[in-house]
Amino acid sequence: MKQQRSEIAIRIEDITKIYGEGRGKVIALQDVSIDIPENEFFTLLGPSGCGKTTLLRLIAGFEHPTKGKIHLYGKDITAYPPYKRKVNTVFQNYALFPHMTVAENIAFGLEMLGKPKKETDETVNEMLTLVKMEDLKNRQISQISGGQQQRVALARALAPKPRVLLLDEPLSALDQKLRKEMQIELKRLQSETGITFVFVTHDQEEALTMSNRIAVLNSGKVLQIGTPREIYKQPSERFVADFIGETNFLKAEILGCANGVASLTLPSGKTVETNVQKGFSPEGTVNIVIRPEHATVVEDPAESLLQGRLINAVYFGTDMRYHIELESGETFTVRIQNNPDDKTSTQFLGTEVCIGLHKNAVQILKD
Amino acid sequence: MRPDNTTNHEVGLPISEVIKTASKKQEQRRWLLLSPALILLLLAASGPLLIVLVYSFLTPGDYSGVIWELSLDGWIQVIWQRDIFTGSIALSDAHLRILLRSIKLSFLTTILTLIMGFPTAYFIATRSKKRRSLWLFLITIPFWTNLLIRTFAIMEVVRNEGILNALLLALNVIDQPIQILYTDFAILAGMLYVFLPLMVLPIYSSMERFDFNLVEAGYDLYATRWRTMRRIILPIIRPGIVAGSILVFVPSLGAYVTPRILGGGKSMMLGNLIELQFGQGNNWPLGASLSFFLLALTMIFLLLYVRLTSKSAKSHV
Repeated sequence: MKQQRSEIAIRIEDITKIYGEGRGKVIALQDVSIDIPENEFFTLLGPSGCGKTTLLRLIAGFEHPTKGKIHLYGKDITAYPPYKRKVNTVFQNYALFPHMTVAENIAFGLEMLGKPKKETDETVNEMLTLVKMEDLKNRQISQISGGQQQRVALARALAPKPRVLLLDEPLSALDQKLRKEMQIELKRLQSETGITFVFVTHDQEEALTMSNRIAVLNSGKVLQIGTPREIYKQPSERFVADFIGETNFLKAEILGCANGVASLTLPSGKTVETNVQKGFSPEGTVNIVIRPEHATVVEDPAESLLQGRLINAVYFGTDMRYHIELESGETFTVRIQNNPDDKTSTQFLGTEVCIGLHKNAVQILKD
Repeated sequence: MRPDNTTNHEVGLPISEVIKTASKKQEQRRWLLLSPALILLLLAASGPLLIVLVYSFLTPGDYSGVIWELSLDGWIQVIWQRDIFTGSIALSDAHLRILLRSIKLSFLTTILTLIMGFPTAYFIATRSKKRRSLWLFLITIPFWTNLLIRTFAIMEVVRNEGILNALLLALNVIDQPIQILYTDFAILAGMLYVFLPLMVLPIYSSMERFDFNLVEAGYDLYATRWRTMRRIILPIIRPGIVAGSILVFVPSLGAYVTPRILGGGKSMMLGNLIELQFGQGNNWPLGASLSFFLLALTMIFLLLYVRLTSKSAKSHV
């Protein structure tokens, strides 16, 4: 237990940040507590205005919390100015120094730390190799492309060997293809350097593919912290389920709950069983979510758990999406992967279809 | 340009030839656009300058004007004076003092407006967009009033029976009025007031385009406030500082109205000395020589300044 505690890179303790005063005040963050272990790719995910960038700026030291403390490897850095914190930031717009070359930009942090010239030069070359920019060393910032600027920004922030690297939506300005490349690149850099990354994004796909763990934020509060798998498969709240991926929301009646398994009645009247998280015992009417790919269309009415009328079938290349109007009036989406000899399914439009569910497809929300 | 060009490229010239023709045409059009300004410059600046240059090598007339007789006396008298009785030549104390005062006051004005103008520009540039235009508007208000009136207003403030002395006397800080009017200090104060906006505006305009994220990037990369200022803010807004300094220094060196009113006849600057030669002094060749001397002085300082600032910027990086 003790050993684990010493490995916490960033501890955010009960942070509240309020901008302005009186009636014009805005609560950017409210009672946020997060522990980020060493060598983790940690993502702050949420819609714009959820407070994720504010949290990042608090860690960097550009803002100071109204309440709460920030620890870096056990040391309270809440009152430190940014230039005394061993963390570096990759800015959303890169914020590269336009009057310096690529190499001078990367060397800046090292120079400010008073590193000897020789060591600085070595590190700069090392960083240039790391981000594959050796050839453009002496270029001016205005002479390189957006993707290259992104790499320089990364190299500049990594050069002083920070204990934690903060990334503020660094990929948002890149086009789709370049973004995918950089996602892989960032993952590589994180595992190669072993530096803890705190990554801010509003892109759920980016968060799912890159992170070790994700914190989902909304309206200044942390809703759920977990691995991508946990966040996707077991969203605890309606917002999390809705924000990440496609979801069907339904209401259900709990019949009973024992040994981590709950049995519940679906709107169709059928009964299913599903796993619930430890320490959570739902009762009464609850909100449930079912991912479209966790449901399927079945032919045998005996296997049917929900019924409805097929109102739309959309071809997505990799899969088909069937929009089914349930007896209760809600629309339910089912996603089925296409196979090489799939046929058009539009002929079934308007007909009654039966929906089957995979095991544990039903997730019970806490709100 | 050949007159048959237009027909030629219709029949199909090589593309490089067509581009050349087009760019030639474009260039011609540019010169056409420039011509009004060029004509004005030739008539109003170069022409009169040439006349002044010629006059500086002539002999003063009996009452005014010049006699067409070649003489270097005008140039010699810029810093030397000829003894009336013996005819020997010695350095002119009066002229040297005026020269040094001009240079000293211009330097002080430039440095002090820079010290005051930089934070002002920084302040304005960091306000919200709406507030910025209000502050800029306030900065330009003095331009709405005639320079002469503004200078007389300063005179009213600093003279012995003026507001400042009256206030200090009433507060028992002093028991006798301080002589401020007709001193170098009064001239300096007047010039600071007149030239401050000329320093603030160019610095503001380069600071307005400054990306303040760069300051955060500086802090983030372990640069203290001072180092961020010196290594990031100053080099990037340098063009604004250079422009502001030139805009203040050049007219300061040739200032006329301010030293005339606030310095009286006692504290003269080069501009006043030149005026004196064309007026009471009745020595047009000397006035012409002094004018060219001032022009040369300004150019030398400008060259030095530009050389100095671009060099230091390079060594910083």
